[in-house]
Amino acid sequence: MSEFPTLHPLGDAAATLRFGVALDAGLNARAHVFCAALADLAPPGLLEWAPAFASVTLWYDPDALGFAELEVFCRGLAASAQAPPAGVFRELPFCVEGDFFAPDLAEVAQANGLTLEEWLARFCTVTFDVCMLGFLPGFAYLGGLPRELDAPRLATPRKNVPERSVAVADGMCAAYPFASPGGWRLIGRTPLKMFDVRGSCPALLAPGDRVRWRLVGLEEFSALEAQCRG
Amino acid sequence: MPRLIVENPGLGVSIQDKGRFGFRHLGVPVSGALDQSWRAAANCLAGAPEDAAVLEILLAAPVLRVERGPVRLGLVGALSGVFTRDGVEERIGCWRGLLLQTGDRLALKVFRAPAYFGFSGGLDAAVFLGSRSTYARAGLGRALAAGDALCCGDADGDDFFAPPLASGEGALRFIPGPQDFPPETLAAFAGARWTVRAESDRMGLRLAGPCLAHGPSGASIVSDGVTPGAIQVPGDGQPILLRADGQTSGGYAKIGCVISADIDRMAHFLPGETLAFVAVDHAEAARARRQKRDAFAEWRQQRAPVGGFDEGRLWSENLIGGAIFGE
Repeated sequence: MSEFPTLHPLGDAAATLRFGVALDAGLNARAHVFCAALADLAPPGLLEWAPAFASVTLWYDPDALGFAELEVFCRGLAASAQAPPAGVFRELPFCVEGDFFAPDLAEVAQANGLTLEEWLARFCTVTFDVCMLGFLPGFAYLGGLPRELDAPRLATPRKNVPERSVAVADGMCAAYPFASPGGWRLIGRTPLKMFDVRGSCPALLAPGDRVRWRLVGLEEFSALEAQCRG
Repeated sequence: MPRLIVENPGLGVSIQDKGRFGFRHLGVPVSGALDQSWRAAANCLAGAPEDAAVLEILLAAPVLRVERGPVRLGLVGALSGVFTRDGVEERIGCWRGLLLQTGDRLALKVFRAPAYFGFSGGLDAAVFLGSRSTYARAGLGRALAAGDALCCGDADGDDFFAPPLASGEGALRFIPGPQDFPPETLAAFAGARWTVRAESDRMGLRLAGPCLAHGPSGASIVSDGVTPGAIQVPGDGQPILLRADGQTSGGYAKIGCVISADIDRMAHFLPGETLAFVAVDHAEAARARRQKRDAFAEWRQQRAPVGGFDEGRLWSENLIGGAIFGE
């Protein structure tokens, strides 16, 4: 295999530039640096791109830009791209007190030999990186969950995870923008809309952002929720 | 502004245009009509810009009444039924424009999905993130409901008909990758006939056939980008062919991705039917794109005024049926 990054066809009008094949913060950072460079220097015919954990997928007009040409461009840009992306830092509220807000919290804490309070206290000190969005509009994969707070996915996914559930699994954290099936462990609920088409930017989080969670009581949760419903 | 009222919303009916581009980094699928050529054809026959939004019908057509006319609909697909004017019913076929006046009522049956209704001047609807395409899961539009008003532009001139725009036949052409599969698996994949399972929708076609073996790295990958046409192979070895509403990333290895020229064809496989795949390269994909563009341009040339055209004969000879149903 040739040296990373490597470009792989995804049909005749898209391709994925792979920086590696592991879940790794360094590889993810390279994907974000590459996207930041693309924003300044996209060649004609390149239409859209999206970072993933260790890759960037590029959509292009194949009648304006050939795969081989794109490959040369990507290798060149990846070699020269330096600028760290200017991600936004956000503190997001979440609550564990409501009905079915945190059905898996006790088990996750216990499995790590922590009390519920200890688990939550440590969780609120973690700064997460928005590695990528996918699965659902506005669904951000937050990387950086320490091993001592982690839990594996449920063996059998839930058929219906309530919208705005905050969940952890396999070293990551996420908030479900919409009700959906899901296998992550539910440890809280956020009052915020993670995806709202009324805004100019529909997703609350973007790739490269950083997130810290702030525990709020039910009263504050309800007030914030009412505000968001606007 | 001309308006139609939805008397009955039908089933599997949604507003779709070219799709929603530029938001995949936020996890927003492109959506859009499953068959973009048929969408453009419906607009052509309706007297609308080719890029305009249409109604896509996957199960049962909606019943529409013209509240304020005249409007012209472009009827594309295997459709027939009646329109009612002043209490008089008239039988109507498909692949034609149909000028409707205030008070007219249109009730059509879909013999085979998909079908498309184009509207004169283009179907107006709320624009979310630059597109009118419905993606109800994220609140981007919603399903059609009884009592909804559909707004469009004025109509004038003659109705045109055209022969059905052929969708192409044979195996779906794909480019292997982005993940590597063992050569035996690629051969097994391309050599098999795949049956479309019932659990298929606008997100994807679930296929049943021989169990595909993964390489040493297995079925699970570090999630990367996917796109309509991508062929995921989960751990059970049964492929999923993603369509317009498919998510933007996925954690299953992809054996290949259908080329742009064959994406529209993925709209036409119904549960229980079979399909096959054949691997091609970028050069073949470029030829296929050119051929597809030429075929559409040629189809446009074949439009002719409806007057003087014996629709009854067309139906009795089953030309439309034969051309659409293929087999």
